Amino acid sequence: MSAALKVVRAGLFDTLQDLGRTGFMALGMPTAGAMDRIGLGLANALAGNPANTAGIEIGVMGPDLLVEADSVRVALVGPLSPQLIDGPDAPPKPLDSDRSHLLKRGQTLRVGMIEGASTAYVAVAGGFALPSFMGSLSTYSRAGIGGFEGRKLAAGDLLPLAKTGVPAVNERKLAQAFDYGSGPIRVIWGPQEDYFSEAGRKTFVESEYRVSKEADRMGIRFEGPVIAHAKPVDKGGADIISDGIAPGAIQVPGAGLPIVLMADRQTVGGYPKIATVASVDLPRLGRLLPGQTVRFVAITVEEAEALRRDQEARLQRAITGFAVARPPGGIDLVRLYEENLIDGVVFDSPWNVTSKPSSAEGGTK
Amino acid sequence: MSVRYLSCGDTAFTVEFGNEISPEINGRVMALHAAIGLAQEAGEISGVVETVPTMRSLMVTYDPLSTSRAELQPRIDTLIARGLPVGAGSRRVTIPCCYDDPEFAPDLAEVAERTKKKPEQVIAAHLASPFKVYVLGFMPGLAYVAGLDQALFLPRRSQPRVRVPRSSVAIAMDMTTIYPFESPGGWHLIGRTPLWMFDKRREQPVFLSPGDSLTFERIDRKSFDRIAREVEAGTFDWSSLVKGK
Repeated sequence: MSAALKVVRAGLFDTLQDLGRTGFMALGMPTAGAMDRIGLGLANALAGNPANTAGIEIGVMGPDLLVEADSVRVALVGPLSPQLIDGPDAPPKPLDSDRSHLLKRGQTLRVGMIEGASTAYVAVAGGFALPSFMGSLSTYSRAGIGGFEGRKLAAGDLLPLAKTGVPAVNERKLAQAFDYGSGPIRVIWGPQEDYFSEAGRKTFVESEYRVSKEADRMGIRFEGPVIAHAKPVDKGGADIISDGIAPGAIQVPGAGLPIVLMADRQTVGGYPKIATVASVDLPRLGRLLPGQTVRFVAITVEEAEALRRDQEARLQRAITGFAVARPPGGIDLVRLYEENLIDGVVFDSPWNVTSKPSSAEGGTK
Repeated sequence: MSVRYLSCGDTAFTVEFGNEISPEINGRVMALHAAIGLAQEAGEISGVVETVPTMRSLMVTYDPLSTSRAELQPRIDTLIARGLPVGAGSRRVTIPCCYDDPEFAPDLAEVAERTKKKPEQVIAAHLASPFKVYVLGFMPGLAYVAGLDQALFLPRRSQPRVRVPRSSVAIAMDMTTIYPFESPGGWHLIGRTPLWMFDKRREQPVFLSPGDSLTFERIDRKSFDRIAREVEAGTFDWSSLVKGK
């Protein structure tokens, strides 16, 4: 029997994303991929998946997902207030985010709104049984490729699951919220910092910039003080012979306002790029909401590489440090199996006292 | 000839061969693109994710968790110093194009008027132009193809079209292009090919590659319709259009 999650109510902009479609930029193919690779990475780890498994990237508001499988393990990561609906007339019950949950056939996961960020993730254990395109499941909606039919999720979509059911094991949760960092967004000058006047470069690193309403998976347009080009714009000061666009490239067209190019960015472009966001801070940018403000500070390539390696180590520590999550009175299955090897069953009482009954049928209160 | 290394954050850098558009410079870009690919296959370079050629530069993207700029840049220098085999192994591609139908070529008369030619002369000049694919970008499979006969140079239309049909063949400045999708566009439409430059059903969805030499071949409406049916059905023999490599 086929297993699926059915989108019974669509969110705002929810797409399947993995870590991106690399290797085809030379053919004009944008990489796409998760706007916040840390959020996707944590969701996959909570669900027990390899890091590059495609999950649902939630954009602002998530869908309602009906379980059409014996069981499915989902992991939610991000500032969500999800709810679980047991059946057609059942009232919604709150669920915690930043953890995994085992859902049964007929239950509906209401992912709901994200609070204070633009991006969150839902991963399913085993991933989705969808064909990859050019080596990736990432949705690139402008060309209608990848993910589910190359587009954002819509009501009625049936997302096929790779696993028809999952065993009951301990659910996992983040021990503490991941620290995405604070303070100014770190950038590296270039590739075209010489297209800007010294005053223009100073403006860029000494001003506050606000995320405009024009912010999506392709790029984030900022509002703030105008950055002066070195040459007059009407004399080609904002035109270059097109070159490659790296993730986080900050292009400044003639109007002088910075645009940070994100996951769905085009592969090449003809505007000068004053600086590039350090990869350590791209996930932070991928979570920004219109109206939020940032400052930029310049660091070196070597510093950026070191910060990224440090962040990766912290991510791995967060994953090895996952805590066991269970409902009050629920049983700790790992301890049950481990302790069973020695002397029987372990029960966990709601008041968190562990008793070791002398026989397997004993111990209920 | 020296190159400039431009920083693109901590996951990429650009190797700039010059600040102008020329076949020589682009040849060196394509040669380094190929050389890095070969060095990766030979295990001489690791940590490179991909390389992105443009008219005059090559962007190298890398994984900062498995290598670093300080480690990679000298390796690229070594490859350049070793000498790059320019122009080796490029494909020669033929694109069938129907110029006859006014629906396909709505700008042909205007192009003829503005270049002081007859429409037939515009077509002949397009057919005789020695085109080369310099870069793909803007959208998947959209190729910037330079080499247009100088007599046809025109700026882009002052009023871009909101909808240019897929597979339109267009010219602007010193270039020609073929629209992979229906999209907005400001180039002059002088014909249409029955081919799809992007077809997600194909194993290699993008037909053209940077470095391809390209010529157009004139077809009539009947041939256009026949090839279009085969392309639509997925039965068209694309290899018949490609020679070399």
